[in-house]
Amino acid sequence: MSSIKIICPNGHLGFAPLKAESFLLGVAAGPDFIAADSGSDDIGPVPLGTDTSTSPEAWQRQDLEAMLLASRRINVPMIIGSAGDTGSNSRVDRYVEIIRELAKKHRLSPFKLGYFYSEVDKERVRRAIGSDEPVLGLDGRDALTESELDATDRIVAMAGVHPYLKLLEEGCDVIIGGRSSDCAIFAAAALQRGTSEADAYYLGKVLECASFCAEPYGAKETVLGAVNGSGVTVTAMHPDQRCTIASVAGHAMYERSNPYDEFVAGGRLDMRECHYEQIDPRTTRVTGQRFIPAERVRVKLEGAGKVGERYIGIASVRDPYTIANINDVIAWAKAQVFERFGQSGYELHYNVFGKNGVMGDLEPVKSPAHELCIVVQGVAPTAEMAEEVCMTGTRQLFYARLPDVKGTAGGVAFVLDEVLKASPAHRWTVNHTLAVDDPLELFPTHTVTIGA
Amino acid sequence: MKKLSDLAKTIRSKNAGVDKITFDIIFTDRSVYDKVRQCKVLTPATVAKLYNIEEQRIADFVEYDPACAIKFTIYRVRPSGSAGDSDIFGAQQYAPLLDVAVDI
Repeated sequence: MSSIKIICPNGHLGFAPLKAESFLLGVAAGPDFIAADSGSDDIGPVPLGTDTSTSPEAWQRQDLEAMLLASRRINVPMIIGSAGDTGSNSRVDRYVEIIRELAKKHRLSPFKLGYFYSEVDKERVRRAIGSDEPVLGLDGRDALTESELDATDRIVAMAGVHPYLKLLEEGCDVIIGGRSSDCAIFAAAALQRGTSEADAYYLGKVLECASFCAEPYGAKETVLGAVNGSGVTVTAMHPDQRCTIASVAGHAMYERSNPYDEFVAGGRLDMRECHYEQIDPRTTRVTGQRFIPAERVRVKLEGAGKVGERYIGIASVRDPYTIANINDVIAWAKAQVFERFGQSGYELHYNVFGKNGVMGDLEPVKSPAHELCIVVQGVAPTAEMAEEVCMTGTRQLFYARLPDVKGTAGGVAFVLDEVLKASPAHRWTVNHTLAVDDPLELFPTHTVTIGA
Repeated sequence: MKKLSDLAKTIRSKNAGVDKITFDIIFTDRSVYDKVRQCKVLTPATVAKLYNIEEQRIADFVEYDPACAIKFTIYRVRPSGSAGDSDIFGAQQYAPLLDVAVDI
């Protein structure tokens, strides 16, 4: 009977460091694999668009070091997916280089490193746009158009299990993956050990966020998932955490539209008939999951495009009359920007904290606080123009003309009489799927021996 | 009359991909979960009213028995992290749910 144990120490490696105590307990439990996802589209489109990481390299390196040393010590494979937040090619190369440096630093015995890329050439996508299998939109989006493709700077494809399986079959000890479905990283390991697809994908689904499937809440702690004959078990490794029916079932719905379906390249995990059972105080067993293979493999694409350079301004208000008329104050500042730059060719955004800064139009509370903080964003084709748009839109708040204002020396307070350069504004231009004949097509794999 | 925040263990919001925000209201006590459902205080219509949105903006609405949870998902007006988006992770959109009155 096929069985497997995998530990996951971090739900987004690099975003915040793993916790050592539960990780070492997990390693001591004798896993067959040590695996973690290192990416997310939660971080917005800027890192993918600018080909950067949002996580500090020191944190990425620290977790990679802990995992590499443990996996080499107990001689089990280590798998990382979605390297460096975005899973772009440069992030994969960076992680491969970090592994190389760590192996040298610790004088590790030679091991086989496998890695694969996930970036997709825009011309490959363009060919599909014109074909009889268009690039279909997700989450209510229309099919991808050439103009949206042209507005895109970088595209990554979301790998399923296929490149991981290939590298495992080639005997890799360490795998660094480009952009990947979180659950595929773990599912590939289980499939390689001969578990059912249903158990493999459920194992991946439950492990992907590490201790988010445990209670009480405490992120970045290690959990251990296993397949052993009947279903999937998941166990919290931190002495004070438990995987309960409620925490495991609850995690099934985290960060997703519905708690029943997980889509990956090649199929769908169906969790409608899942049965949850507490088998010891820290372990829950899950049975009843199903996997439905797709008739046609469609790979999810993520793409980001630059909108413009961006500056940020900050202004605050304490006068209750000004607060009551804040829309007029902002309208005044906007009008000054219109006068200088016209109606288009730039973006000017106001988030008014203390009124509806966090929720915007979704905010049901209509009475503002006694003080407001206004964050102004100016976006334009050049940094010079973005700075001036933002500066005009911020400083003119100071000069807004309200008919009955008592304070005529200045309408807002500044913590800084300047505007700050921010990351260039980007947007998610691609959230679509691309049909492929070969599930490996978009994910070229490579292997290298480290320390030889 | 009680508030939803008195009855639920977890009330949260988070991105579900780049185009949607999902909301989870999770109860520990199944009988409380059942009563809240029976009260019909959380339905697509009440949620749309609370957030002042059209019902068509609600992508999914699920009563999820295994976790004693009510879950709904709304479309964003623009993708997460676009300039002007004040909640890139969608993590602070649940607050209006806390004070929903439940006749229990």
